[in-house]
Amino acid sequence: MPKRANSFPEEVLEYVFSFIQTDQDRSSISTVCKSWYEIERWCRRRIFIGNCYAVSPRMLIRRFPDVRSIELKGKPHFADFNLVPEGWGGYVYPWIAAMASAYPWLEEIKLKRMVVTDETLELIAKSFKNMKLLVLSSCEGFSTDGLAAIAANCRNLRELDLHESDVEDLSGHWLSHFPDTYTSLVSLNIACLGSELSFSALERLVARCPNLRSLRLNRSVPLDRLANLLRLAPRLTDLGTGAYSAEWRPDVFAILSRAISGCKELKSLSGFWDVVPSYLPAIYSICPGLTSLNLSYATIQSPALVKLVSQCPNLQRLWVLDYIEDVGLDALAESCKDLRELRVFPSDPFVVEPNVSLTEQGLISVSEGCPKLHSVLYFCRQMSNDALITIARNQPNFTCFRLCIIEPKIPDYLTLQPFDVGFGAIVENCKNLRRLSVSGLLTDQAFDYIGTYGKKLEMLSIAFAGDSDLGLHHILSGCDNLRKLEIRDCPFGDKALLANAAKLETMRSLWMSSCSVSYGACKLLGQRLPRLNVEVIDERGHPESRPENSPVEKLYIYRSVAGPRFDMPGFVWTMDEDSALRVT
Amino acid sequence: MTSMLGVERDLNLRETELCLGLPGGGTTTVAEPETAKTTGKRGFSETVDLKLNLQSKEDLNDNVKNIASKDKNNLLSCTKDPSKPPAKAQVVGWPPVRSYRKNIMSQKNTSEEKTEKASGGGGGSAAFVKVCMDGAPYLRKVDLKMYKSYQELSNALSKMFSSFTTGYYGTQGMIDFMNESKLMDLLNSSEYVPTYEDKDGDWMLVGDVPWGMFVDSCKRLRIMKGSEAIGLAPKAMEKCKGRS
Repeated sequence: MPKRANSFPEEVLEYVFSFIQTDQDRSSISTVCKSWYEIERWCRRRIFIGNCYAVSPRMLIRRFPDVRSIELKGKPHFADFNLVPEGWGGYVYPWIAAMASAYPWLEEIKLKRMVVTDETLELIAKSFKNMKLLVLSSCEGFSTDGLAAIAANCRNLRELDLHESDVEDLSGHWLSHFPDTYTSLVSLNIACLGSELSFSALERLVARCPNLRSLRLNRSVPLDRLANLLRLAPRLTDLGTGAYSAEWRPDVFAILSRAISGCKELKSLSGFWDVVPSYLPAIYSICPGLTSLNLSYATIQSPALVKLVSQCPNLQRLWVLDYIEDVGLDALAESCKDLRELRVFPSDPFVVEPNVSLTEQGLISVSEGCPKLHSVLYFCRQMSNDALITIARNQPNFTCFRLCIIEPKIPDYLTLQPFDVGFGAIVENCKNLRRLSVSGLLTDQAFDYIGTYGKKLEMLSIAFAGDSDLGLHHILSGCDNLRKLEIRDCPFGDKALLANAAKLETMRSLWMSSCSVSYGACKLLGQRLPRLNVEVIDERGHPESRPENSPVEKLYIYRSVAGPRFDMPGFVWTMDEDSALRVT
Repeated sequence: MTSMLGVERDLNLRETELCLGLPGGGTTTVAEPETAKTTGKRGFSETVDLKLNLQSKEDLNDNVKNIASKDKNNLLSCTKDPSKPPAKAQVVGWPPVRSYRKNIMSQKNTSEEKTEKASGGGGGSAAFVKVCMDGAPYLRKVDLKMYKSYQELSNALSKMFSSFTTGYYGTQGMIDFMNESKLMDLLNSSEYVPTYEDKDGDWMLVGDVPWGMFVDSCKRLRIMKGSEAIGLAPKAMEKCKGRS
C-alpha cells in the first residue's frame, strides 16, 4: 500500500499543531510537505514580523488567512538614540488597513518602533470588535485623540500599553472616553504620557474594573492620589507610581503605607519620579514579595537604595541609576540571590568626570554574588580587562551582556590596553551569549575573539571600535547565528561587506552609520543581492552627486521578500538595479 | 596600522564577482582622505589614527573630543581644537541613553538631588525639540541644552540645514528689536529665520527672550523664510516692549 503523506484527518493534525506555538517550530512543520503547509497556514493564529519591511501585508494575508495576534517591529534599534532621521519610515497604517478587512477577529496588536497615527488608532477602534490587547512600544505619531478613539470603541480591551511611546499629549480627558459599561481592563501602562490625567475618570475606571492587575501611572499622578487608587485595586500585581513626592506628613505616610500593604500580590514596582526618600519606607511591607523593581527614574542616593534592596530577597529584576554605586551593588549581591537581570543607567551621562562612585567593582560584585544573573546593561566610566575576565569567570551564564563605558575609545584604566582580551573572555566563557554590546578601546583582535567564540550571538552592537575591515570580516564570517548587527563610527568599509555579502541574507538586518562604506559598494550589493534591501540614508542629498567611492552617511541593509519599499522619504534610496520594475 | 594591502591578504578575498571594481582602477582604497575632505566626512585613515575629528553632518558641535587625561595619553592622540572652549563635545546618540530617559531626568525635582558638579555646560539634562525647515525633506531633533547661546544654536542649525545661514544676533545675544529697520530688512528678505513655538502655543521669532528662558519655553523650532515670518515680528516686538 503506498505510503500516504497525510494519514490523519486534517482536524487531528490541526489539533496536534495547536500544541506547537513557537514561530520556528511552526515554520518547521510547514516545510514538511504541502498538505502540512496548507493545514498549518490555516490554523496559525500568532504572527511575529521582526522587520515590517521584510514582507508585505498582502503576502501575510495571502498565506495566513486567519490571524488573531500580530507583532510588528519597524525602525532599527539605533532609532532609540536619534540615529535614524525623522521620517525614515515604519508606518503601520498600511498593515492595519489591510488587516481591517482580512482579519476582523484580530485580538492583539503589538507594535515596536513604528509610526502610528491617530487615523490608525481610529481604524483599529472601528475595525476590530474583539480587540483585547494593544501594545505600542517606543512608537510615535499619535496623540491622546487617537487614544480616546480606542477607549471609546474597544469594548473588549484588556490591555493598553503605551510603553515609552512618544505621544502628543493634547489633554488628559481621553480616559473619560472609556464608557461606564466598560469593565474589562486588566493592564494599563500610561507612564509615558506627559500631561495631567483626569483623576476622577481614572479612579472611576479603576473602581469598575475588577480584573485590573497592572497599572502604570504617569508622573502627573500625585502621591496623595495613589492610596485611593490602591484601595480600589488591591489585587494589583504590577504598579507604576506617579510622582513619588509630597511634603512630609505622617498621616499621608500612614495612609499610603496601609494602602500599599493592602496590595498583597504586588510583584513589580516602577515609576518613582521625584522621590522624597522619607516616603520610601511606605513600600517596605511588600518588598519581600517583589520580583521586579524599576528605580531608573528615582534620584535617590546609595544609602536609601541599599536599605531598599536589602529588603527584597526575591528580587529578580532591578533597573536603577548609578546612584546605587559600588557599595549599593555589594549590598545587592549580598541580599538578592535570585537576581536575573540588572540595568544600571547613568545619572549624568554627559559629564566626563564621574559624579558617583560606580566602577567596575560593582559589576564584579553582582557577577560573583548573584548566581542566576544572566542579563546585564551597565553604564560606567572605568573598566579593566582584569575585571572583565573576572566577571566572565564568575558568571558564564550571561545571555545578554551590554557594557557601555561612557567615554568612547578609552582603554583599560590600569594597563592602558584595549579591551580585546576582556571581551574575549566574555565571549569565550559565556557560551550562551545571545546579545552583546561592546565599548571602550577595541582593536580588530576583539572582533576576532567575538567571531571565534560568539557562536550563539544573535545581536551585536558596536561603536567607535576596530581598526579596519578585518574587524567586520571577523564578525560576519565567524558569528554563525548573527541576526542583527548595528555599527556606528567604526572604520569598516567595503571589503568586509562585499566579501561576506551572502551572510547578509541570513541576517535580519545590518545598520552602519558614520563608517566607511562607499556608495559604489552599496550599489553593488543592491544589484547583486535581490533579496536584500540596501538603503542608503544620506541627508546631504542624492549620493549620485558625490564620487562613487565617497562613504555614505548611513546604511541599513535588511533581507526582504517584499522588494524595495515605496514609502521612503527624500533622503533614503534603495540600491536596486530595477526597482522601478519590481512588483510587490 | 594595517595597510589596505595587508587587509587584503588577511581577508583572503575570493575572486568573486563581488570584488569592488571602481571605474578607472583596481581594488584600491575606497575612502581616500582627499575624498573625505571634499565631502567633509572623516576619511578612513583619519579614523584609524584615532583623531576624533568627527565631521559628520549630525555632529551638532564641531568639537574635537579631549579624551586624554594625565594618565592616558600613550595610546591616544589628543587633538584639542584651540578655537573651541574645553567643554565636552557631545556626539549624537552617545552615550546610548534614550532621549525619553534623558528628557525625564531633566525634569527632575531639584529638592532632593545631589548638587550637580559644575561641569561646564549643564550636563545631565536634555531638552529635545523637533526642528523643521520649510522646503527641507527631513525633520531633526536638537537638544537645546547642548548650546549656551543663540549664536551656538544658529551655528548648529546652519550645519544641519544647508540653506540656513547663520543668524543675526546682537551683542547681547538676542535680536535687537529696538532696531526695527534692521529687523524689517531681514524679514523682508528671502533669508531663512528660525521661529519657535513656546509653552503657550504661540509662534515667536527665535531670539526674543534671554537664552535660558528660551530653552525652558521652546517646544519646537521651525525655520522659515523671512518674508513668512513677518507676521510674527509685531507680536515679538510687543512682547519685548512689554517686558522692557
